[in-house]
Amino acid sequence: MLDVLSHLWSHYHYVFYILLMLIGLYAVLAKGNLVKKVIGLNVLQTAVFLFYISIGRKAGGTAPVLWEGKPETVPYENPLPHVLMLTAIVVGVSITAVALALIIRIKRGYGTIEEGEILALDEADARGES
Amino acid sequence: MTLLTLLLLVGLAVAAVRVRDLLAATAILGAYSLMMAVLWCQMNALDVAFTEAAVGAGISTVLMLSALLRVGAKEGRRGSHILRHPLMTMQELATTMRRNEARRSAWGSALVCLLVGAALLYGTIDMPRVGDAESPANTHTKVAEHYITKSHDEVGPANIVTSVLGDYRGYDTMGETCVIFTAALCVLLLLRQTGTARRRDED
Repeated sequence: MLDVLSHLWSHYHYVFYILLMLIGLYAVLAKGNLVKKVIGLNVLQTAVFLFYISIGRKAGGTAPVLWEGKPETVPYENPLPHVLMLTAIVVGVSITAVALALIIRIKRGYGTIEEGEILALDEADARGES
Repeated sequence: MTLLTLLLLVGLAVAAVRVRDLLAATAILGAYSLMMAVLWCQMNALDVAFTEAAVGAGISTVLMLSALLRVGAKEGRRGSHILRHPLMTMQELATTMRRNEARRSAWGSALVCLLVGAALLYGTIDMPRVGDAESPANTHTKVAEHYITKSHDEVGPANIVTSVLGDYRGYDTMGETCVIFTAALCVLLLLRQTGTARRRDED
């Protein structure tokens, strides 16, 4: 038990990332409103970014912008995760844009953006055809 | 300091998911993004902070707002919307809706979340501590070290992230541009009102 607690204490960053990710995941799964699902997806995504950036960290490190002195002597943070997450943030916004466009389209077709109502209308249509 | 920001982030995320007014949720999500930018600064990821503030808090919020303008800003309570369908009475529709709501129960989702969380927590056992300079991510194949020590001579800019983004991993950035282009095409095609659709809307 003490082992578990001390592990969680030394890795508390990860605990927070997981918490944020689960909040996003819960919104995606449990919320019926499609815009709410997109919000959840955004939260989930930032949690993943946090995880990536944090694995490139160095204690006492500094931002990866070259400063005075030889680069070997300054503890610059790992720049690679930063670059990858820059790309990921932009891709994330593209996902949001496409998702919102789909939602607008659904609103036009069904007149609602609540998942339960959309499914009910689909079932009504299916019963009408059979 | 980081702990405080993380606590604020969790609070904002919960608020964004829980609040019923979608306009308020969007505003809270913008605040969440801005707080995230603060956290990136604290984590020494300055370029990520810039991008998060401009793209996450800026463009994302504008996109959400313009979408809300078209779909309405209220999250419906169960069965609050009045639906009309030619083949079903109101009552039948309401019953089907309740059944669908029950299928997507909050408890089931919470259970899935808990299981995923437990698996992820179990995974942290193998993770190095945050800030470990000798962690695999920092030492593997010495690629990060190469960027830090050589980028000034090989590429030029003082900002190492710029060098990696524009030169060492330039193909990644090109791929990213392709993704944005594809997304823009998708949005255009989805929202374009063709002749027949417009006539149907007018009916």
